[in-house]
Amino acid sequence: MITVYVPGDAVAVACGADEVVAALLATGIELTIIRNGSRGMHWLEPLVEVTTSEGRIGYGPVSAGDVAGLVAAGLFEGGEHPLRIGRPEQHPFIASQQRMTFARCGIVDPASMDDYIAHGGGFGLERARALEPTQRIDLVKASGLRGRGGAGFPTGIKWDTVALADSPRKYIVCNADEGDSGTFADRMIMEGDPFELVEGMIIAALCVGADYGYVYIRSEYPHAIRAMEIAIEGARRRGWLGSEFDMEVRVGAGAYVCGEETALLESIEGKRGQVRAKPPLPAHKGLFGMPTVINNVLSLTAVPHIFADGPEVYAAVGLGRSRGTMPVQLAGNCRHPGLYETPFGITLGELVNDIGGGTASGRPVYAVQVGGPLGAYFPPKLFDTPFDYEAFTKAGGLIGHGGITVFDDTVDMAGMARFAFEFCAAESCGKCTPCRIGATRGVETMDKIIAGDRPEANLELIADLAETMKFGSLCALGGFTPYPVMSAITHFPEHFNRRALALAAE
Amino acid sequence: MAVSAENAPLDAVIAPFLKEPGALLPILHAVQAAFGYVDDAAVPVIADRLNLSRADVHGVLTFYHDFRRKPAGRHVLKLCSAEACQSMGANDLIAQASARLATPMHSTRADGVVTLEPVYCLGLCSAAPSAMLDGQIVGRLTAARLDTLIDGIAA
Repeated sequence: MITVYVPGDAVAVACGADEVVAALLATGIELTIIRNGSRGMHWLEPLVEVTTSEGRIGYGPVSAGDVAGLVAAGLFEGGEHPLRIGRPEQHPFIASQQRMTFARCGIVDPASMDDYIAHGGGFGLERARALEPTQRIDLVKASGLRGRGGAGFPTGIKWDTVALADSPRKYIVCNADEGDSGTFADRMIMEGDPFELVEGMIIAALCVGADYGYVYIRSEYPHAIRAMEIAIEGARRRGWLGSEFDMEVRVGAGAYVCGEETALLESIEGKRGQVRAKPPLPAHKGLFGMPTVINNVLSLTAVPHIFADGPEVYAAVGLGRSRGTMPVQLAGNCRHPGLYETPFGITLGELVNDIGGGTASGRPVYAVQVGGPLGAYFPPKLFDTPFDYEAFTKAGGLIGHGGITVFDDTVDMAGMARFAFEFCAAESCGKCTPCRIGATRGVETMDKIIAGDRPEANLELIADLAETMKFGSLCALGGFTPYPVMSAITHFPEHFNRRALALAAE
Repeated sequence: MAVSAENAPLDAVIAPFLKEPGALLPILHAVQAAFGYVDDAAVPVIADRLNLSRADVHGVLTFYHDFRRKPAGRHVLKLCSAEACQSMGANDLIAQASARLATPMHSTRADGVVTLEPVYCLGLCSAAPSAMLDGQIVGRLTAARLDTLIDGIAA
């Protein structure tokens, strides 16, 4: 029997993977088609793989129209063809990575728990069960794992707080409200290796004594929602879920601010996604008022690996206080976009130019936005900044959820700064004044600057407004909007004073 | 509000969720899936079944971008307008779609054929620009491909 892998990952589907499957079935050849996740080489999607005597051989990007030619060229024996990339794991993009969280992504069948176990899944949970509760959390602390959602808070300390809380009920909540533009790591792992997240949440529950969990997934991710529901059902059948700990998927409703942890908790409770004032911390009073671990998908999916291989393996890679690997996402106007998991410490320039291959348009890289819509814009002169929480803070930015969006020299930075305010105004939950009013005033003031109305005085006003939003907002939405705005003004001043420049040129 | 026969279809949609903690969002999703939108007349019924005030339900319904209070067009075209898609020319595609469909963003055309709206990130940032037409996702969108999608709507 011939086994063919055609990813069911949303990127592959959006680029025609379902049509490729239909074309393969139409050949009439008896095939086993597995809808795996993506390997992360998104410019090659749909990346079709065939099992041969030399291992899996990949072809990409394959369109439905290519199938007849591929079959004629001996697709099922790994035959030569212009789209043949050889063994995917030997591709430089994959071979140069250090895959921990994404080790199985693109390889296994995401709907099969047997496949998950056959590829080493479940070993971390087994190890966790064999330890005492305090030993488990010590192990997480020893790994140096920090929250991958953006804030970089030490995971072990958060879990310890919940473990020590005295309560009849505790919750594990996974924040899968991946709303940042330029990020798709959560989506990819949920679609490519969903059992890893289930396992991570079960281990978290063991560590803190929780009995119920929620995965809050944004409604824009229908494929991820389906993949997680299938995995949860599979884990129940296997007895992993249901008795001591059970979990369910909750679907968001298109509110970016629900990615903020307290707004997310409100949303699960069935309320408006309004940010809560802290304290109390969710670890003390979280979901339905109970002690709650709330972690990002990438934090929780790192956990099975940390338990399976030992915390020292994880802690051995990285830079400074940023330990382990970061699944970096290359997106936007990028030649080789996709997911690249690598230890902290690689420079921004290496990621954009060497790994990403520069722009898709072939024009010069002009700016990159790191960390989503609330992240700073970096010019190429800052490309020596190492990927590390502290280094990015020092450079006036943040790594956030690890997304890098590339722009070529046609970008209008004043337009992007205006967009940041406009986005904040549209998505503000409305609870605090600096964010709710500040963002709207920001759009108006930026419009004046763009129109050439007293740009210097208005830029001063923007700087003042940014200061108020940064220090006066309740959460990161208002608090971080100044990052894209002020970085654009600082690094690309020529975009903000066009009338003056035009007059000077006359 | 008392349970009445005229609310029977609505109650059938709501009933499976009533025991769930924090049931309001799942209920609003289910009502929208069943009826295409959440009619103002459903608000007091949902409020009654959950023992909430009408204001509570109204507040949640209007907070989230996903929920519709009026029916959508027969086709719904969502164009991603986030930064990654902007870096690949999303704004030009938005202008193109608005012009060809003769309806601005955030609107349903008067004849009810199509709703055009932005979406803030489909997570297809590595295949930008992207769109969603009637729930089907499309990556690596070009002006020509968008024209084909629009031809399909118009046909």
